[in-house]
Amino acid sequence: MLAQPDGTGIADLQHRFGQAVLQAPLSVPDGIRRDLGPTRERRFGIYRNNVKASLAAALAARFPVVERLVGKELFTAMALVFIERHPPRSPVLAEYGANFANFLEGFDPTADLPYLPDIARLEWARLVAFHSADASPADIGLLTELPPEMLGSAQLGLHPAMAVIASPWPIVSIWTTNTHDETPQPPAADWTGETALVTRPHLEVFVHRLPQGADRLVAELAHEQALGAATEAASRAHADFDLATTLSTLFGAGAITTLS
Amino acid sequence: MTVDRLPRAGAGLKPEHQRHILDARPDVGWFEVHAENYMGAGGPPHHFLERIRALYPLSVHGVGLSIGSADGMAPGHLARLKAVVDRYQPFIVSEHLAWSTHDGIFLNDLLPLPYTEATLSLVARHVDEVQTALGRRILIENPSTYLRFDGEEMPETEFLHALARRSGCGLLLDINNVVVSAANHDFDARTYLASFPHEHVAEIHLAGHAVLERDGETLFVDTHDRTISLEVWRLFREVIAHHGPRPTLIEWDAEVPAWQDLEGEVRQAQSVLQATGDFDARAA
Repeated sequence: MLAQPDGTGIADLQHRFGQAVLQAPLSVPDGIRRDLGPTRERRFGIYRNNVKASLAAALAARFPVVERLVGKELFTAMALVFIERHPPRSPVLAEYGANFANFLEGFDPTADLPYLPDIARLEWARLVAFHSADASPADIGLLTELPPEMLGSAQLGLHPAMAVIASPWPIVSIWTTNTHDETPQPPAADWTGETALVTRPHLEVFVHRLPQGADRLVAELAHEQALGAATEAASRAHADFDLATTLSTLFGAGAITTLS
Repeated sequence: MTVDRLPRAGAGLKPEHQRHILDARPDVGWFEVHAENYMGAGGPPHHFLERIRALYPLSVHGVGLSIGSADGMAPGHLARLKAVVDRYQPFIVSEHLAWSTHDGIFLNDLLPLPYTEATLSLVARHVDEVQTALGRRILIENPSTYLRFDGEEMPETEFLHALARRSGCGLLLDINNVVVSAANHDFDARTYLASFPHEHVAEIHLAGHAVLERDGETLFVDTHDRTISLEVWRLFREVIAHHGPRPTLIEWDAEVPAWQDLEGEVRQAQSVLQATGDFDARAA
């Protein structure tokens, strides 16, 4: 929306103020009274600090494992770079940080932790699940009662809070040990990729491990493919695709709401 | 005024206290929530608020509408605020005399406005827009500020009075914000309160602030992270004694204490409201 004629002066002031709040070197924008004396910078600094510290705290609260992996100091530093490059576009703070994982892909200081972006994706999925629409999970009994010849044409409805993140890194193991263990367990010598399932069947958010290829199955189900076609696609993507474990995990975790 | 219709004291609702409130059902008058925390589709926030709303009156306090934005309020956000208000049917809806969004960027703070005729027209137009969209009166809160601008044309109290008259909005008097701004701009809080248009005040906020001292200079910062100062309590008692009781909220948003500590502050505010109510009842 364009500034109204009587709002033009305020528009310029807010533009300067906003730029000065976000930019790294502290400079007080024009238009602020100069008779405030030597505390002028400090006073403007309170606004800068309120904005940046509150956003950095919001990021730390939703990416606690990323913070633990890099340490508080580096996390704060990279959060401030992120805030400057990608300030929030919505007043709903729960929506801030969707592109933090992509930002980490190109963040040189943490290049030695290549799994960091996928950990951030997993943590972001947990936040999204927390605020997602509610739905009642379906019981796996629905599936086991189905005549075998009907399985292939069955349509599975996905829970609105569920998400799947496939990674070439053992993200579920890394997330779990850094969330639940006082001293994180050192990574296994042979790192294999893991596929994470995030669900919120009722009030609590859970993280599970899915078999390799399950991400493909879920992607097909999300496109309303029947179970048979989705299974074929998953098997093509991953030769040893384990359908039985995938389905029992999906149902057991509350990721499925309907079967038709 | 009869005692049973006496405005009561309430508390800002924090996720840390939700389960306890539902279990113990403490004797507080009402709760207030930040609208922006309830704009998601579902999950624990709505689960708990639905249940608490069934037991207590609710006030919805917006912190992100940016009523002072020169480039207008985001229509999408106003629609989301309306959805929260329609769903929870609060007895009060309030927002701030401040801005937080410009050039499409949300600056997650309540930023100050220059008090000019041009700003007044802008804010009054936006308040009217909000009241029309919501189909009800809203309250606008006086801010805590750390800076003032060149070319200001009127004091804050005059700005708020004119805003209330022009837009028909009510006012939310935050006494802690008065104390913070008074310290930062070297004016007398009592003088400010004497010129405040109390006839438009429909809610009072009380909160704690920090005092920053550096190089021999003192700034008050509106932190909401501790107990209410003695000065704020004293001014609150004076305002209630002179202008009558109003629904009064204890805000404690950071370093959130155990529920009992927050409830203690609510009870103290309630006793101030009660004393005036008893006095009025005897006089009637």
